[in-house]
Amino acid sequence: MTALAALIRRDIRIALRVGGGALIGVLFFLSVVVLMPFAVGPDLKLLARLGPAILWLGALLASLLTLDRLFTADHEDGSLDLIVMSRTPLELACAAKALAHWIAAGLPLIVATPVLGLLLNLDAPATSAVALTLLAGTPALTFTGMIGAALAVTLHRGGLLLAVLVLPLSIPVLIFGVAASEAAITGPQTFGAPFAILCALSLFSFVIGPFAAAASLRQGMD
Amino acid sequence: MRLSGRGVKCIRGGRQVFSGLDFAAAAGEVLAVTGANGSGKTSLLRLIAGLLSPAEGTIALEGGDAELMLAEQAHYLGHRDALKPALSVLENLIFWRDFLGGEVFQAGQSLEAVGLDHAAHLPAAYLSAGQRRRLSLARLLAVRRPVWLLDEPTAALDAAGQELFAGLMADHLGRGGLIVAATHGPLGIAARELRIGAAT
Repeated sequence: MTALAALIRRDIRIALRVGGGALIGVLFFLSVVVLMPFAVGPDLKLLARLGPAILWLGALLASLLTLDRLFTADHEDGSLDLIVMSRTPLELACAAKALAHWIAAGLPLIVATPVLGLLLNLDAPATSAVALTLLAGTPALTFTGMIGAALAVTLHRGGLLLAVLVLPLSIPVLIFGVAASEAAITGPQTFGAPFAILCALSLFSFVIGPFAAAASLRQGMD
Repeated sequence: MRLSGRGVKCIRGGRQVFSGLDFAAAAGEVLAVTGANGSGKTSLLRLIAGLLSPAEGTIALEGGDAELMLAEQAHYLGHRDALKPALSVLENLIFWRDFLGGEVFQAGQSLEAVGLDHAAHLPAAYLSAGQRRRLSLARLLAVRRPVWLLDEPTAALDAAGQELFAGLMADHLGRGGLIVAATHGPLGIAARELRIGAAT
């Protein structure tokens, strides 16, 4: 446990320091969402209708943006070799890294959502619904994205490949995330069903992600 | 404790690096792997570390901890020093100590042993190449592992650093450790030489 706690602490610390990835994701999210009202125009009804989709898209792209450094940085400086050799199972180390990434890069997106909701003419219940779906859904984005990050680890500029690999896996999360938020805002469907599926997708990715990532990291060691 | 390899063959990128390699090292011994550039010194160390798998042959550690794999009982000091520039010297060392686990020692003492205690709170980004190497060596001291796999350990070290490092190796051997070091220059300590032939 100390080993995993140490890994999580280190990754969060690096992400929060100068040059870390945490701020980049939030700034990207911020710029996508802030620009949207200017692009769509001053139709408040339309903005409120598009709001959840815009917030979700912004969050998805922001998490993709920072994910490609998840393993590459450790691979480049040789840390990954030592992590593979260590007594900690690689699957657990991958899960710890993904958790640290989500805490450093995913949580700030959720914290920023209420502020950005104002720009999109979402009222308080609607904003909290979107924030809640992001809280349930962004872990799935991180844990499935980790698989792509592990596959692209040995490639320079693997970011584009990562996007191509991970986007199909993120589509279900996007669909149910937006569906749950819209159900909460406009109805008529219930909020519960899509939200439950969203939670299920997250739980599913917690199980699959670390194993798939560890397997592809082992394959990539050469 | 005895580390041995039988008929080890290494293929990388579809090219045979070496084959039929036999080697052995007992506790308290240094095996100095020498050979021309590209002859497979680093590959051999990575094979022992379990980071590559041999195409043929076996590598085994007898008399170690039976519940642990060879890689889990080894320190690997590669070309890349596994340091994060954003973290301070002490933070880097404490992370590896806590993450690698096992029998661990005071991080401050390890830094003192490699002569870096004055720079403990400096971000690793500001270290020189020699200081980075010293910090990597501190990792070997902060966590005890019986097998040290060292790739060009003396590269970038100054004369005082090489002398200090020879002393650290002697201490490690005295505690019953064993060392496999890929090297071009003298290690400053008596070693058995394993010469890997030129690449074919």
